[in-house]
Amino acid sequence: MQATLEITGNPSSIHGHGRRARTVIDDARDAVAALAGVPPAWVVFTGGGSDANALALTGLGTGPRLCSAVEHDSVLRWVPEAGHLPVDPAGRLDLDALSAALEAAPAPGLMSLMRANNETGVLQPVADAAARARAAGWWTHCDAVQTPGRLWPFDFGALGVDLMTLSAHKLGGPAGVGALIVADGVTLAPHVRGGGQERGRRAGTENLVGIAGFGAAAQAVVTEGPAETERLRSLRDRLEAGLLEAGPDAVVHGSGAERLPNTICLGHPTQGADMLLMRLDLAGVSVSSGSACSSGKVTPSHVLRAMGLDETAARRALRFSLGWSTTDADIDRTITVWRAIAA
Amino acid sequence: MRNSPTASGAAALGALGDELGPDLGPDLEPGRGRRAVVAMSGGVDSSVTAGVLAEAGWEVVGLTMQLYDHGQMVPGGRTCCAGQDIHDARRVADRLGLPHYVMDYEGNFRRDVMDPFADSYVHGETPVPCVLCNQTVKFRDLLGAARDLGADILATGHYVRRRVPEGSDGTGAQLWRGADPAKDQSYFLFATTRDQLDVLRFPLGSLDKARTRALAARYGLAVADKPESQDICFVPGGDYARIVERLRPGALEPGEIVDLSGRVLGRHEGIIHYTVGQRRGLGIGGTAEPLYVVRLDPATHRVVVGPKAALGRTAFTVRALNWLGDGAALPAEGVHTHIKIRNTFDPVSATVTPLAEGRAAVRLDAPVHGVSPGQACVLYDGDRVLGGGWIEREA
Repeated sequence: MQATLEITGNPSSIHGHGRRARTVIDDARDAVAALAGVPPAWVVFTGGGSDANALALTGLGTGPRLCSAVEHDSVLRWVPEAGHLPVDPAGRLDLDALSAALEAAPAPGLMSLMRANNETGVLQPVADAAARARAAGWWTHCDAVQTPGRLWPFDFGALGVDLMTLSAHKLGGPAGVGALIVADGVTLAPHVRGGGQERGRRAGTENLVGIAGFGAAAQAVVTEGPAETERLRSLRDRLEAGLLEAGPDAVVHGSGAERLPNTICLGHPTQGADMLLMRLDLAGVSVSSGSACSSGKVTPSHVLRAMGLDETAARRALRFSLGWSTTDADIDRTITVWRAIAA
Repeated sequence: MRNSPTASGAAALGALGDELGPDLGPDLEPGRGRRAVVAMSGGVDSSVTAGVLAEAGWEVVGLTMQLYDHGQMVPGGRTCCAGQDIHDARRVADRLGLPHYVMDYEGNFRRDVMDPFADSYVHGETPVPCVLCNQTVKFRDLLGAARDLGADILATGHYVRRRVPEGSDGTGAQLWRGADPAKDQSYFLFATTRDQLDVLRFPLGSLDKARTRALAARYGLAVADKPESQDICFVPGGDYARIVERLRPGALEPGEIVDLSGRVLGRHEGIIHYTVGQRRGLGIGGTAEPLYVVRLDPATHRVVVGPKAALGRTAFTVRALNWLGDGAALPAEGVHTHIKIRNTFDPVSATVTPLAEGRAAVRLDAPVHGVSPGQACVLYDGDRVLGGGWIEREA
């Protein structure tokens, strides 16, 4: 990525600088394709996960749209509210509700389901849902930004979907670049129109530095393999046990389902998340809560509300996320700080 | 002249102390790493307050209150819940290297400030929502948040001075007018309690606006040249009637405009459009002498008008008196002092004596015009604020 900063050419240009830029993109495309287990031609680079979701949700005609009620806003905003399907108390899509909705709406539509929830880490039954949607003649999309490097095997083919969203910064790459994996035979109408970049599926001069970083991050995940996932899982389990021991009345939302190995969504029995978050932050521990609006004001999580929590309980939930830079010492310190603040 | 016990604080703060407190000494001790919360609105005053505290060695935490959905209040406004001010506050905090958080007080602000504001107008009063805001979300909720965060003080950018009397243990702080008469905000802080004053700090109280802006420039803040906000924050453009209509739909009833004898002179679209003392906008012409709003009657929806002479008042009562003078309460024999009956008003002398249930009687030495129910009557002894109360409707 450092070397890429020296490259000034436009990848679409014919001259030498342009050719060098194009090589960088081609290499990155190979790396992202290898991560997803797809041919390089299926990778469409975008300006991030939300951009890829927008392309998926708008690019396949004007038919009906269905998604789970716990999707990221960048999916929810494209789907009419009646198409937000319920989840069970553990946060998993209600497959019977999906089947009923598929039956009620005219094909072909698009069904979008995330691989793992960004707030709770809860895994969704994507393969099962996609099979039902395909049987009904629907297109299928999976927002998988949370899973590369955290779930093995990570395999596009096993999900059985037509489209899949990835985001570079979720796997340690730069912010503001992502990709949509587009299976063979799926023709997308571009939402950004202009030049013929990304084989006509996403116009605009490529984010050369970002894409190079995405490629490097994808390669690192593939090289590292499941070892990092297991490291995260053991850290997460230790943190979860420590947090619950400090305050036994706390609950882990989504603990009844299979979850990502790096996420804990903890509900405090009495204290509001906003004040807990500030006190943790001032003590050097960064956690999140709900989804922050551009003001920084925290609204209660639509994910937890969909799982059946009332607004008060939803306002008491904090999200602890672990990443490649999280160490054993971080876990110890977080538990110590939590004991002082929240117990 | 350095007659204040905090003058030693000025010495400890060095040049900054001299700048902040040329007369009474700065309302600020060196922080020595103690935690201070600054209420950051995104304006230049509270931004400079944060900078001053950081420079004085406090571990500053910036809090900005999210009070109402900005997109809903401004016609054609963006749908984002945040106004430009929150972005400005965050940018200042980033520039100064301070942690900064947004407190969601929308529900409290609606309940404790906006709803009473609308009700007050509907009841024929002219409210002062800034006082209610200081009393509730700012000095109750935000102060509570500051305590929860382990802060020793809560600082704001108000132009008022706080003075700890000589020989005190640090408590018993007095409230004084801001040194710059053009900027003085003491009228809006009359309801501040003694307990709140012990924790509050107003480091800009001795400055004028030019010196505040100079400090903002010295700290490299982008808000140094931000224009002054004059309106009530949730009434952009000053169209309060539109806000009242939205908060209390159907509460606005048209009615008659009558003279002092009850003769109907015209009609109006709702008493909320009028304020006692108002002359313009009555839509009545051809009278021998100019007519003023003398009274608003919410029961009959009547606007009563009369000649200027009819506006003169020599006595009224206030409720919810907050006493900040010497002693625990307003002395039984009363005080002869100066009062303001609205923010832009040259103080006049009056005698204030206590009544039951926190009320007080105000007897003016000479008649004044424009005594308006819902406004605050604030008591002054020279530059010192002795407290105040809310002007009541005539019985």
